[in-house]
Amino acid sequence: MLSLITFTPLLGAVAVLCLPKTYERSIKVVSLLASVSSLLLALCVWSRFDPSAGLMFEERIPWITALNVDYRLGVDGLSVAMVLLTAIIMPLALLAHWKHDRNVKLFFLLFLLLQTGMFGVFTALNFFHWFIFWELGLIPMYFLIKIWGAEDRTYAAFKFFLYTLAGSVTMLLAFAFIYLATNSFDFIDLRQKAASGELTAAIGRLATSLHMNPTVFGSLLFWGAFLGFAIKVPIWPFHTWLPDAHTQAPTGGSMVLAAILLKMGVYGFLRIILPIFPDQVQAHVNILLLLALASIIFGAFAALAQTDFKRLVAYSSVNHMGYAMLGIFATVAAAPNVADVVNEKAAALNGAILQMFNHGISSAALFFLVGVIYERTHTRKLEDYGGLRIILPVYTGILGISMFSSLGLPGLNGFVGEFLIFKGSFPIVTLVTALATIGLVVTALFLLNMIQKVCFGPLNERWSGLRDMTGREIFIGAVLMLFMFWIGIYPAPFLNASNTAALHLVHLFQKVPETMMALGH
Amino acid sequence: MSELVRQQWLIPLFPLAAAAIQSLLKRPARKLSATICIGAMGISCVLTLRALFATFGFGRGGEHYEVERVIWNFTWFSFGNTSLSLGFILDPLTAGMAAMVAFVSFWIFVNATGYMSSDENFTRFFCFLSLFGASMLGLVVSNNLLLLFMCWELVGLCSYLLIGFWYFKPSAAAAMKKAFITTRVGDIGFFLGILLLYWQSGTLSLYTPEGTGALQQAGKLATLTGWWGLSMAGTIAFLLFIGAMGKSAQFPLHVWLPDAMEGPTPVSALIHAATMVAAGVFMVGRMYPLFTAQSHDWVMTFVMWIGCFTAVFSATIAVAQFDIKRVLAYSTCSQLGYMVMGLGAGSLVAGQFHLLTHAFFKALLFLGSGCVIIGTHHEQDMRKMGGLRKYMPITFWCYLIGTLALCGIPPFAGFFSKDEILLATYYRSPWAWGLGTFAAFLTAFYMTRQIFLVFFGPWRGGRPEAHPHSQLAEAHGELDVPHGEAHGGEVHLHAHAPHEIPWNMWLPLVVLSAFALFMGWLGTPWLGGNLFHHYLAPEEAVPQHSDFVLWLSIGVGLFGIVLGWLVYGRKPLQNALDDDPLALTTPVMFTVLNRKWYIDELYEVTIIHFTTAGATFFRLVDKLLVDGCLHAIAWIAWGLSQLFRWGGDELVINGGFDASCESVRLGGKVLAKLQSGRVQDYFRVLSLGFAILLLIYFFA
Amino acid sequence: MNVPLSNYLMLSAFLFAIGLCGALSRKNAIIVLMGIEIMFNAGILNLIAFWHYKLFVAPTAQMFAIFAISIAAAESAVGLALVIAVYRHYKSVDMDEMKSLQG
Repeated sequence: MLSLITFTPLLGAVAVLCLPKTYERSIKVVSLLASVSSLLLALCVWSRFDPSAGLMFEERIPWITALNVDYRLGVDGLSVAMVLLTAIIMPLALLAHWKHDRNVKLFFLLFLLLQTGMFGVFTALNFFHWFIFWELGLIPMYFLIKIWGAEDRTYAAFKFFLYTLAGSVTMLLAFAFIYLATNSFDFIDLRQKAASGELTAAIGRLATSLHMNPTVFGSLLFWGAFLGFAIKVPIWPFHTWLPDAHTQAPTGGSMVLAAILLKMGVYGFLRIILPIFPDQVQAHVNILLLLALASIIFGAFAALAQTDFKRLVAYSSVNHMGYAMLGIFATVAAAPNVADVVNEKAAALNGAILQMFNHGISSAALFFLVGVIYERTHTRKLEDYGGLRIILPVYTGILGISMFSSLGLPGLNGFVGEFLIFKGSFPIVTLVTALATIGLVVTALFLLNMIQKVCFGPLNERWSGLRDMTGREIFIGAVLMLFMFWIGIYPAPFLNASNTAALHLVHLFQKVPETMMALGH
Repeated sequence: MSELVRQQWLIPLFPLAAAAIQSLLKRPARKLSATICIGAMGISCVLTLRALFATFGFGRGGEHYEVERVIWNFTWFSFGNTSLSLGFILDPLTAGMAAMVAFVSFWIFVNATGYMSSDENFTRFFCFLSLFGASMLGLVVSNNLLLLFMCWELVGLCSYLLIGFWYFKPSAAAAMKKAFITTRVGDIGFFLGILLLYWQSGTLSLYTPEGTGALQQAGKLATLTGWWGLSMAGTIAFLLFIGAMGKSAQFPLHVWLPDAMEGPTPVSALIHAATMVAAGVFMVGRMYPLFTAQSHDWVMTFVMWIGCFTAVFSATIAVAQFDIKRVLAYSTCSQLGYMVMGLGAGSLVAGQFHLLTHAFFKALLFLGSGCVIIGTHHEQDMRKMGGLRKYMPITFWCYLIGTLALCGIPPFAGFFSKDEILLATYYRSPWAWGLGTFAAFLTAFYMTRQIFLVFFGPWRGGRPEAHPHSQLAEAHGELDVPHGEAHGGEVHLHAHAPHEIPWNMWLPLVVLSAFALFMGWLGTPWLGGNLFHHYLAPEEAVPQHSDFVLWLSIGVGLFGIVLGWLVYGRKPLQNALDDDPLALTTPVMFTVLNRKWYIDELYEVTIIHFTTAGATFFRLVDKLLVDGCLHAIAWIAWGLSQLFRWGGDELVINGGFDASCESVRLGGKVLAKLQSGRVQDYFRVLSLGFAILLLIYFFA
Repeated sequence: MNVPLSNYLMLSAFLFAIGLCGALSRKNAIIVLMGIEIMFNAGILNLIAFWHYKLFVAPTAQMFAIFAISIAAAESAVGLALVIAVYRHYKSVDMDEMKSLQG
């Protein structure tokens, strides 16, 4: 099942490859079909997913026995929402480029490859092919930016590629050492080894044989893996590739980049960093919390200073991913004085997972809307707009709802995730969370600034002939808004899906809750 | 009873459904749109009245009902090993507030059909208005701080949308943002309060049947140590109060409310006078057990002084405004300050009672000002009005009733509620009471000024637009002068005389006037005890009656009116360009007040300046420091690659290889000389070699 | 008559030296060829002398000498043919001018 989901886009890509270059219409239809069929399969997985069952839809085939590598796929509460998100966003991104007419074949081919890579990252349970998929997500994106980007595309594409690759390299090194120590690439296996202390012992042996201090060596491995994900998320100060890449990428590219590629980083923290490096992450949690806080506040302030519509939205991603990271790191932090610590941490972690999904929806919507207006006006400068609500009422409505979803207005999806993150983090890391609320105000400030400059005030006469959104564009907006309202009003299905996995992770860091509670009260 | 509380969710549902339908309606469907919204609000109104009547027996230990409140909680979602509940409540506080909200909303909706009749976005207006009604009612009926907060944010959203209803005006676009951001600053305090309460009590439901609700744990929270020298209950209360300060426009977060007058006047009446701005006061009242849980906390004193200061501060500003709506806006700030002061003085009854009476008469005044604005063809500058008593008699009489109610003249509603607040404050702090009384005097004065400027004297409008600045204004810096409301971009010539307004606009005025006249009697001690007190909080101690306070309050009210007549009534303005009489006697003071004590300017140079600087700073940090490091790394990498290219590959490897090749070639060239091609040479060498070998053989 | 072996060897050495001088110093290719022939004969004379004084038992030396004479004949035939070919090419038999093998 999961293999089918993962490789359906690849099949589509092969089909597209076989089509002649001039059959643009059929290329588009075939790509969309491939991507929609994986959406249907993903919906099937989502509906049959049983939160309490742990790992589901598992596939395990021995692959390279000499290296002890199995081809292993599976979803649990951490990844099932991400699979769904990928499956939702991709057809929409393709639809957003339905009118695309420059080198259609390659464009759609790259998108389908990208989709396979992303599905692979969210389903793979073995570092070996997980890493292949991870890099597979990188290369098509590079070409999408490099070939179809805006004016500074070369700089942005190089920055994106090299930066991300640098992180991947350190991560690969870390895993090479872990493999040396344990002879295993399997996430689940490593997680069990980490929980039983076997991993620490193995790393210690390896460190001794390399004449290094085991603690330092473990930390080095942790920072290596951390860097790979931190760049992808991105956590301040590793974030500067993101505004450039987002601003220069074509609309669909930005949508996918913001909605899914960033989530690969956060997902990496959930799937790899927390389970495999529990001691290290606990040892460095204070630094990590400060970095998350910096992402929230600096990201928001930097967004406030932007004059470019798309760049502003890009910076809001830094800010929003900061909230997710805050929730994740709060799960790790020690909280000896909090009574109901398991539930607080579960709230923070569930909130972070939901925030990933929420941000995927709302940032995709915002980037899509930026694309819609850019297609019509060929400018991204905020000062160039003004008063568009007069002629584009539907556009303004959808932009407003997406913006408020991103801002965390109750009734829309953003609120639930942020509330849970803050609710869970506040008792554990009170001061950091309290400071992070500054970010909430500044987020509101820059988003309202944005819509004021774009839609309100007197109409800029340059644009008096603009058309409002077409049916296709409204459809894309409507699908995304459906999720905004759904999660905002009834988030229970999403939280139920992630809860078991989240609790499982929380228990890694809260091994003796009963005795703690007995001592405390 | 319990089935009634289970139907509480229906109250906000009808307006919400109406809003949903509105959002899909086409622009020309005006009649349909208005019918749906007013009908939905009417149904909600009936439901709230039913609930209100059901609560009349509450809390008195009567024979039928021995309950204080009924509640109904349900699970929203679960996480970890626990779950988050939302819920509805029905108790006197909720029922009274909900009935007021639904009732006032209903009549304001009716008025709005007239006020907005020429606007092209009529359906959109009613969509937002209905959404507001739904959120506000949801706020009132929720038994859960989170649900309350969600509705709280939604009313903020509606306020944002409606302030910016004429979004094409830059001032409206700025005002909507200012309102949202300023209240959001307060909301951060509220949000932190919620988080702290959730952490400490483990629930956000205010009451539960098992007695584990957040407010039912107030006693326990009061014994824990909080921050800033407060108990935990006090800390939470303090944080929540910051939220109330933002929403209820208390100093220093009051700046958004006057600017919010950019919205259409029914919006000002509904949101920025009667209901939403009172939500802060309502929330404090709802969370009152936390505020009063620990008597050593300074929270209540803080609340009282914030209210007291706001009451006086805003009243002074209202004295020097020319915009008819801005006077009322500052008056609203001031009256909200009164309510907060009453709550801070320890009297929930006084604060909530003033909230209810104020909602009626302030909505009346705003609707009246809306009628005036429509009647004078979108003129808001009071200097360009005058004499409207003759042109608009119905509006005039209703407005007069509202004014007298606001001035606290018996037997109008405001007198009773204001008197209760002053009485409660008198026993708590004489200084605050003194300032409150002074604010009552100012209130009477500026309302009288308004009445005389608008309704008496000659009609000063209808003249061609003149230069709006008087010479005085030029001498003392620019005065803040109002602009007319733009209406769908139409340009109005102020050529024709004012006219009376249609029935759908004056009928709400008449209804609200009736309440402004008679509602106060609910709170009078003369009709067998204070009915409202018995209804809302029978356990609260009744402050001892004081004739001194009572008569002084009436006295300052009358004094203010007389003074107003002396300044503005005796010798009315003849010309729109004339200077304000007050400005002639105290020009500096008048300018300062007209510019609102320069608070906006102060914020401009401090907070806004800092925020902008911070934004620029962080952008530069990104651009120069972070990207700079990145580029430095890139340059270093590039430099290293060049080093390896030239120093490593080119020099050592390629250079070494080339050099050896060259030396071989050179050697070949040298040695090739040996090969002369002459056979004899080879032979000679051969012989020589042979000879040498022979010599070696023989001699070695 | 008792002639000592050294006389033969001396004669042979003189012959060899004369041949060598001729081969090394003359420019005419035919004379060089003749010098080489003389050196050949000096060598053959040595072989026969050693045989005569019974320094070898077997008739090897005679066999060698006969072979060497026949080879010398063939060699001079080939040498002369080469000289003629060279002459046809260069119109000269001057050894100094034959340097097309020069490196």
